[in-house]
Amino acid sequence: MMKLSALQQSYLNRRPGSFRGAAPLDSSADGANKSPAAVFWLVLHGLCCLISLVLGFRFSRLVFFFIFSTSITTNTNHFMAPFRQLTTTTTAADVASDLPSNPVGDAALNGTRVVVGRHGIRIRPWPHPDPIEVMKAHQIIERVQREQRNQFVVKNPRTVIAVTPTYVRTFQTLHLTGVVHSLMLVPYDVVWIVVEAGGVTNETAAIISKSGVKTIHIGVDEKMPNTWEGRHKLEAKMRLRALRVVREKRLDGIVMFADDSNVHSMELFDEIQSTKWFGAVSIGILAHSGGAEELSSFAAVEKEVEEKEKKQAIPVQGPACNASSKLAGWHTFDPQPYEGNSAIFIDDRATVLPMKLEWAGFVLNSRLLWKDVEDKPHWSRDLDSVVDDDIESPLSLLKDPSMVEPLGSCGKQVLLWWLRVEARADSKFPAGWIIDPPLEITVPSKRTPWPDAPLEFPSDNNEKTANNMEEAHPVVKHTKTRSSRSKHRSKRKHEPKTVVDTKQQSEQN
Amino acid sequence: MEIRNCVLALILCHAAFVSCAVGLGRNPPTERISGSAGDVLEDDPVGRLKVFVYELPSKYNKKILQKDQRCLNHMFAAEIYMHRFLLSSPVRTLNPAEADWFYTPVYTTCDLTPNGLPLPFKSPRMMRSAIQLISSNWPYWNRTEGADHFFVVPHDFGACFHYQEEKAIERGILTMLRRATLVQTFGQRNHVCLKEGSITVPPYAPPQKMQSHLIPEKTPRAIFVYFRGLFYDVGNDPEGGYYARGARAAVWENFKDNPLFDISTEHPTTYYEDMQRAVFCLCPLGWAPWSPRLVEAVVFGCIPVIIADDIVLPFADAIPWEEIGVFVDEKDVPNLDTILTSIPPETILRKQRLLANPSMKQAMLFPQPAQPGDAFHQVLNGLARKLPHDKSIYLAPGEKVLNWTAGPVGDLKPW
Repeated sequence: MMKLSALQQSYLNRRPGSFRGAAPLDSSADGANKSPAAVFWLVLHGLCCLISLVLGFRFSRLVFFFIFSTSITTNTNHFMAPFRQLTTTTTAADVASDLPSNPVGDAALNGTRVVVGRHGIRIRPWPHPDPIEVMKAHQIIERVQREQRNQFVVKNPRTVIAVTPTYVRTFQTLHLTGVVHSLMLVPYDVVWIVVEAGGVTNETAAIISKSGVKTIHIGVDEKMPNTWEGRHKLEAKMRLRALRVVREKRLDGIVMFADDSNVHSMELFDEIQSTKWFGAVSIGILAHSGGAEELSSFAAVEKEVEEKEKKQAIPVQGPACNASSKLAGWHTFDPQPYEGNSAIFIDDRATVLPMKLEWAGFVLNSRLLWKDVEDKPHWSRDLDSVVDDDIESPLSLLKDPSMVEPLGSCGKQVLLWWLRVEARADSKFPAGWIIDPPLEITVPSKRTPWPDAPLEFPSDNNEKTANNMEEAHPVVKHTKTRSSRSKHRSKRKHEPKTVVDTKQQSEQN
Repeated sequence: MEIRNCVLALILCHAAFVSCAVGLGRNPPTERISGSAGDVLEDDPVGRLKVFVYELPSKYNKKILQKDQRCLNHMFAAEIYMHRFLLSSPVRTLNPAEADWFYTPVYTTCDLTPNGLPLPFKSPRMMRSAIQLISSNWPYWNRTEGADHFFVVPHDFGACFHYQEEKAIERGILTMLRRATLVQTFGQRNHVCLKEGSITVPPYAPPQKMQSHLIPEKTPRAIFVYFRGLFYDVGNDPEGGYYARGARAAVWENFKDNPLFDISTEHPTTYYEDMQRAVFCLCPLGWAPWSPRLVEAVVFGCIPVIIADDIVLPFADAIPWEEIGVFVDEKDVPNLDTILTSIPPETILRKQRLLANPSMKQAMLFPQPAQPGDAFHQVLNGLARKLPHDKSIYLAPGEKVLNWTAGPVGDLKPW
């Protein structure tokens, strides 16, 4: 395997006498006198050099072995065979030739088919990729990779029971669509229990039906209050309602709380499969400022930054483990930097703070909720004994909170993110996000080469408002006066457009 | 009587069947390796043999190592680590009268060039001098003329002590070692430099370095065939055809533009990581048939494709290499792609499961400190399997079988 480099070769060549294997050469090296033998060797050497030059390779070594192989008793076959090879190679001395075959049969006398010496380099007639072989190789690779994936798949996967409290509002579609997409990607069976405040509506039903998973849509009559505190309380009640449904229907699987504005990673669903009874995962808390920071002065911002550097609070809520990977406590979100600045009403432009321990960070085996299950652990409370008003986090379902299993490498992996983003309280959005009847044109787009002149307008066009305000001023007035009746109707329905119109009016005035 | 025999036979058959079924049942993703001699990789040699380590003057071992510390990291470092392992192993005995095997710690592969390659020119003299020492100071050499002694000779062609194959063949195994057991990396059937009863070991590969380059097992294997190394050795074989018996050059010429073959002469820093992303790793011969690539392929779970006619792989009596690697004749190299793609996927998956077996990986390594099942223990297992010694190895006092003056004149000079 190892061979000396050229440098070493030259080092060796400086001491030719002791390292040439064949004995007679020693005498030639030693002899400094011009004996006829020495001259003869010199001439022969020169001749060999010339022949090698013509042929293109050094064949003097092989000739020596051939000539002196008779003096070496044991290994004649090894040295004879290369010479026979030599005769076949003289016809095609080019390295890149393909040879018919190795003269292996002769060496078989010695019981081996491996011979020392120069061999030809075998190249097949068309040394390029064969498409059929390439296809087969890709199929092999695909099979190998499939086997690799199967090693890490969960054995005996259980159904994921997702519980989502929701209510109709501007951002509902945005949030629920995210949950719909996450649940569609889950590789296990999913049962989605959607609990709606204010009763079951078609809007919500339309969104959740697109998920393709089995859904249970429940309505709770109470309307969602517009304070965060009230909202948290009602959501807790709604979740308990869902848990009661799980109990009644005896749904089997793992219950997780998929709040509609949270973002879930796919690893979360794989990780919760390993829950035995009650597990906890780490949530990343994305408490954003809601724009409040713009109002503070520059100095205040600098101070905040300094304070933040001192504290380095990690925005994660979840189980904390000690050195032996056992549950030792809980990481909670530190609300202190936001004291006094937090949002109270749902549409406040301030930071929304999470509760001490969010429901979304807990998962439980649905059997904990069933009646009459023998092997239910004694440290769990029966669902019927839980009073609705008193429950803040699912830990209240347990008598002994230390029995919670920390998931996701003992809480080191953040598997989902908590986010609360809501629109202003007075924001309106089209029902089902379908614009009906179609919007009126307020401003034509400047650059489209419409055949109609910009001044002529039919009463209802389907074009939407554009940015270009200045040119359209006279036009706006025109349309307003002409199609006032339909405009009035549309004014009530499409309020954002009204805002634009009033703005234009004020600019004009 | 007949009925009893039948019942006994039935019970035995049933037991065999059950054990077979149990063996197959607990498998994904690894499979038990049952070699030709049974499940021998996990045998424990302690208690089965006793080894006596000769105390040689430090000029044979420590001083050589002090002159050049690189000997601890190159692929011939097995001789040094074997010595260290035996010194502190439970199989060592300080009483030579009860020893089954005798070990002579002489580092013959530690005379390095500035580039780091060992020069074998003084090794025969060193070995001869060591043997003269032990035969004159202890009676155990003369008792058997070395038949119950073992030596570690990890150089290119083992105890032939030369790097060029023709010269090595010409020298043959050192006369004095002709009765001893040789532990060597070189192995080729019907070759002068592999004597009957030798134990083939893998070359040394640094276990820490390989462990530090492991990537997650989930990483999908997307490279079909992987190889990094020389195809032509322009320095020593300018006209081509000598190096690797033309096999490496054939691989290059036939597959250099084939997208399935990730082969080149580069030295990437991600060499180990790449091997873990490949399905097949080529292990062609070079100037000698063995290579550390085999060890690397086994450790990283890449199926070794061995292109070396008549090679004898490490621990061949304990590891069923035919089931783990793919053997390709040198003459079949132009059809390598057809050969590899025509292997059924189930066979490939089975080979990968066998490679995933931790005892397989352990057997290829020389970890410090030694761990159960590693290459040191496999060597001891091999030695233990040769016991008890045949009575014929013991010579009558004064009887001499080896010719101490045979060999080239240069070998007879004192060292």
